Amino acid sequence: MTVHSIPAELAGACAEVRAATVADAVAGVRPSLVASPATTEEASAVLRAASALGLAVIPRGCGTKLDWGNPPERADLVVETTRLDQVVEHAAGDLVATVQAGVTLKRLSGVLSEAGQRLALDAAGTIGGILSTGVAGPLRLRYGTPRDLLIGLTIVRADGTVAKSGGKVVKNVAGYDLGKLFAGARGTLGLITQATFRLHPQPAATAYVTVTCDSAGACARLVAAAQQASIAPVAVELHHASRADQVVLAVAIEGDSHGVAQRSEILADLLAVEQTSQAAAVADRPPAWWGRGAAAQADGTVMQVAFWAGRLASVLDAISATADRTGLDPLLEGPAASGVLHVAIPATADPAQVAAFVAGLRTALGGNAAPASSSVVVQHAPPGVRELTDLFGPVPSLGLMRAVKQRFDPDRLLSPGRFAGGI
Amino acid sequence: MTQNVATLIPRLTAICGRDAVITDPLELATYECDGLTSHRCRPALVVLPQTAEQVADVVRACAQAKVPFVARGSGTGLSGGALPAADGVLIVTARMRKVIEIDAESRRAIVEPGVTNLAVSKAAQPYGLFYAPDPSSQQVCSVGGNVAENSGGAHCLKHGFTVHHVTGLEIVTPEGDLTWLGDGTGQAPGYDLLGAFTGSEGTLGIVTKIVVRLTAIPQAVTTLLAAFDTTGQGGAAVSAIIGAGILPAAIEMMDALSIEAAEASVGCHYPEGAGAVLIVELDGPAEDVIAETAAVRRIAEETGSFEIREAADPDDRAAIWRGRRAAFAAMGRISPAYIVQDGVVPRTALHDVLDRISELSSAAGLRVANVFHAGDGNLHPLVLFDDSSEAESAAAEVLSGAILDECISHGGSITGEHGVGVDKSKYMPRMFGADDLDTMQLLRCAFDPAGLCNPGKVFPTPRLCGEVPGVKREPHPLVASGQAEQF
Repeated sequence: MTVHSIPAELAGACAEVRAATVADAVAGVRPSLVASPATTEEASAVLRAASALGLAVIPRGCGTKLDWGNPPERADLVVETTRLDQVVEHAAGDLVATVQAGVTLKRLSGVLSEAGQRLALDAAGTIGGILSTGVAGPLRLRYGTPRDLLIGLTIVRADGTVAKSGGKVVKNVAGYDLGKLFAGARGTLGLITQATFRLHPQPAATAYVTVTCDSAGACARLVAAAQQASIAPVAVELHHASRADQVVLAVAIEGDSHGVAQRSEILADLLAVEQTSQAAAVADRPPAWWGRGAAAQADGTVMQVAFWAGRLASVLDAISATADRTGLDPLLEGPAASGVLHVAIPATADPAQVAAFVAGLRTALGGNAAPASSSVVVQHAPPGVRELTDLFGPVPSLGLMRAVKQRFDPDRLLSPGRFAGGI
Repeated sequence: MTQNVATLIPRLTAICGRDAVITDPLELATYECDGLTSHRCRPALVVLPQTAEQVADVVRACAQAKVPFVARGSGTGLSGGALPAADGVLIVTARMRKVIEIDAESRRAIVEPGVTNLAVSKAAQPYGLFYAPDPSSQQVCSVGGNVAENSGGAHCLKHGFTVHHVTGLEIVTPEGDLTWLGDGTGQAPGYDLLGAFTGSEGTLGIVTKIVVRLTAIPQAVTTLLAAFDTTGQGGAAVSAIIGAGILPAAIEMMDALSIEAAEASVGCHYPEGAGAVLIVELDGPAEDVIAETAAVRRIAEETGSFEIREAADPDDRAAIWRGRRAAFAAMGRISPAYIVQDGVVPRTALHDVLDRISELSSAAGLRVANVFHAGDGNLHPLVLFDDSSEAESAAAEVLSGAILDECISHGGSITGEHGVGVDKSKYMPRMFGADDLDTMQLLRCAFDPAGLCNPGKVFPTPRLCGEVPGVKREPHPLVASGQAEQF
């Protein structure tokens, strides 16, 4: 629908409502209105009004990942969370923090570091955005993804109903854990307004051991070696700039400073056993490419390949063979030991070739075999590629997912069409 | 037995075989309760399928006949999650106990739901790996049950709960469809139904295969036992350890009464005169464990520990843990009956809550022994009473509930690991509002629109799917049909 002026219901619901501009477009679809609630109650009033008016709603944090996923079928109202900007509570003694959805992880990290603590997620954006996209950086190997650190959640449903799940204690099995459902749901089930997380102490010391591998097989062996119990790394990242270059691995080790120094040396020696073109280097700072994830190629196509980590060598071979067949030279980067790699292709590449690469890689990794044991999900892509590509690929249990969507948002008002399977 | 259930017998026999369908009342009695023995209900039928396909066929048969069904693993749950429905079918997964695959390179195992928790670690051990969640019943409890309850264990402080270690589930939906949630990678596209299903207490379907994450066996483990005069001192030590940025694998505390019971039961020989003992286990790379052990010893001394023991080998460690592991059962030595409570408070509120429990205990004239996972604020107060006295039994129930109210008022939870089941559904509205519970029901209805899968669990008054909230003039249909109770 087209809305030419601010409806009274919406103006009455929220102090900050404005007409949208070109800059508010969501993957090319321009909404009419933008509302910025400052409290959960105000957000509830906005969604209630939007529901009554039949407006399609797109939640937005600071917009860093707004072009992820399919363009929305409809977009009338952007609900931005940037005024939900309070760090509600940092219970340092309990290693728990409660924040509103619009707080950036960077700002929260600043607050937590005053007590020598951190939220062990190395991603960028607002808390709501990080939760909704489920993004996680290198530390996922040790600490998991946002859903693993989330212990309580407040959401607003499509009809304005406010609901909580979990709480502010780490150990809690009372009721369904709706946090799991909302983490990674891309704003299709409700608007996240507040979240409570488990925190971790900042490590006394961190070291990065970097090594070059001369083959996919060697790379897989080194990833396995780096994960020995005597090393206990918190992250293992792979970087392959282009097919002319060799694969580089960097391993992060955290902990007691004496222990970290000793483990770094042990690891460097361990990695030197494999034939590599240069000796392993130990540094106290990560390499420049560390943890870029989908930002590795801001304007181009970035896909996330997930697989069983032990199959790294065959996944690298499959990517290489698919690149050969499609005439592309992608950049590979990511938390290889966690079974995740990001494959990036520049915006200048021919969309048809990129689409062929995505489809070809899915086939090479097992196609539609059931049960699935891998996935290739395009995180963001230029419009030309998006039009030619199924961004999410096959999704297990899509029928159940549609049933969940139907229950939470029967009128399909929340980010319609943006998610897997057209949800 | 209702007509509906009776008609199922030949069909279930055809699906699973004659020896897999139990109708004999005496045999059925074996299944009338799980680990929460205070709630009992004899099922109309028990069926013991051997394959995922059989489970799917059984569930489909139940769904078509509109007969409720409940899944049961080893039946060790402590909240009545596997309590049968009187006119329903109990689907027992005990015969599905194959470890299907260990993929050491990917650090994954694929197991059937009846496999015991410990069997996974045993199968993984030759590869230097183990399955981290370790509920105290791990020798007998099933992985399928662990998934249903999102089981924790003493070491979940550092290593996390079941939900952090499950990356794929083959399930039978309440309508009888076999499907996969997650793909084993931990990063499957779409909604995280795997995460939402884990801990749903058997109300969203039945697990038939589980992909679990395996973890490298730590290079070094040290276990410390520190004795204090009071639980207050022990609590101060816990806060100081966490405050120092140390994350032990486990921090357990026992008070004087639970130590007394454990001594009487297993002769654990904890330091004499201890008003509280703390068990701290540190694991990880050797150098780090050495540094952390020294730090924990120093903290324990500073906070008033009068004796510290250190175990570095498995036998010594087992000796330290013996008293803790025996604590629940040991209550039988000092009391005719006891209620195992399971509440959680923020760690910093431990001291206040323990004081409050002590006041409540005095006021009720009933003893309460405290055993708890101190690192994550998970209390297991054991309310001791004489079950031959009706008045005392009732008082124990009231006291147990009052302790939960304390947990809630401190921002905690009514259950940290035992689940809600039938035992605590009446407490759910004290922790969650009507809108919160309604929102959880949306998930339930997406999976189980007919409300046949483990009915009457977790939620106090399940609204029927599609029912609109409003004033009720007639009894709830589920209540009228005997499938639910209102509290």
